[in-house]
Amino acid sequence: MTHPTPAAGRIHLDNGSRAPWHPLARQAFLQALDDGWADPRRLHTEGRRAAALVDGAREAVAQVLGARTEEVRFTPSHTAALHTAVAHVARARRRHGSDVVVSAVERAAVLHAAEHAAAPGGRRVSVDVDSLGRVDAEAFAGALRHEGVAMAALQHANGEVGTLQPVDAVHEAALAAGVPLLVDAGASLGHTAVGPAWDVLAADPADWGGPAGVGISAVRHRTRTVATGPEGPEPWAPGGVSVPAVFAAAVALQAVVEDRVDADRRRRELVEHIRDRVSQIRDVEVVGDPVERLPHVVTFSFLYVDGEALVTELDRAGFAVGSGSACTASTLEPSHVLAAMGVLTHGNVRIALDRSTAREDVDRFLQVLPGAVDRVRDMLGVQGL
Amino acid sequence: MSDHGPGTVVDARGLRCPLPVIRLAARAKELPAGSEVTVLSTDPAARHDVPAWARLRGHSMVAQEVHDTPEADGGPWWALTVRLGD
Repeated sequence: MTHPTPAAGRIHLDNGSRAPWHPLARQAFLQALDDGWADPRRLHTEGRRAAALVDGAREAVAQVLGARTEEVRFTPSHTAALHTAVAHVARARRRHGSDVVVSAVERAAVLHAAEHAAAPGGRRVSVDVDSLGRVDAEAFAGALRHEGVAMAALQHANGEVGTLQPVDAVHEAALAAGVPLLVDAGASLGHTAVGPAWDVLAADPADWGGPAGVGISAVRHRTRTVATGPEGPEPWAPGGVSVPAVFAAAVALQAVVEDRVDADRRRRELVEHIRDRVSQIRDVEVVGDPVERLPHVVTFSFLYVDGEALVTELDRAGFAVGSGSACTASTLEPSHVLAAMGVLTHGNVRIALDRSTAREDVDRFLQVLPGAVDRVRDMLGVQGL
Repeated sequence: MSDHGPGTVVDARGLRCPLPVIRLAARAKELPAGSEVTVLSTDPAARHDVPAWARLRGHSMVAQEVHDTPEADGGPWWALTVRLGD
């Protein structure tokens, strides 16, 4: 069985939030198209067969998370999981307050959901990060102990720069303060051990080689939620979810957790290699924690380089990379993560290695990169500045 | 416009990243250590990238002002002042 490789000659190094499907996920998806097409809420044989696939998937995910089966729910997307987690937990805590404490580098979905849940009357309280992109655990704990805090959200690791967050210490403080903590494990689960330090957790199957169009939400039985929005039997997934997508997501998770230690040691070494080689290019800032990080993510910014031009130049040479530069987005605003860290936001390249990324792929990229940077700098006439 | 001090002013309004930083760096190259240069920019990335550039080049930030009075393209703009290091 082979990975669904990109078009011949292409090397895909932009695997955060959307990786090629794991071969077993594809197999599971096809099987569930045959066995799980029916409505899992119906009581007939076909419906029960579909429901059995969903139940099996919940059990498998729960086992990986160290959670109870009934604590795990599937949602229409990772974004939807984050939105409902913030909305439903904040609503249940309304009597205690309406402020939502977040780190400055949470995903946009969390920042927007926090803003939405906090209004009116409450505030989104943002805790700053250091130049590596990490919140200070004490500062975060201090913020969540304030009067009027409904809940807090801290990512397990930052998907843009790879830095791990101090979730253990923050969760301890949150428990002591009685403030529920949402941990966004969207960039971590399937890549690194996530641990038990969360009250609500959200995860993204498309990030570990499962399908897009499904998300995972886990809520500890001790954590109260109150649904917002119209009434329905599944307020976190109105109308239900795709059974084949849910089943494939769980199978992919089991598969990547199985050989995670090996796959991640290999990718960790590749990232070290990239960090080492890229830092030798002139006027570059390699950002994020070099050690306490995700195994597969690395980000760097080149001074005097237009990010869009660099992404295009690399694409022309056969390499797909991400970027947090404003010049590559539809907005004028650069990545809020790079901005919060106080690092260079232009000329940014974001790499997320897939489990199938080979050493030769990385070496070919490293051969091409310095020339691509030079060409973009030549276009802007900045040599010697 | 507010007082930008005795230093040089680089007007990069209307230019997108990374051009404001490039214009600033080109001007800084012609000036002696200790000079102050102010870059004016409508590009929101400049308010992050000018301090990052200054840090990478051993310069120091002196002032960062936001001006809400609309300019040609209607948005706010920033005046970022750097003192050049050695």
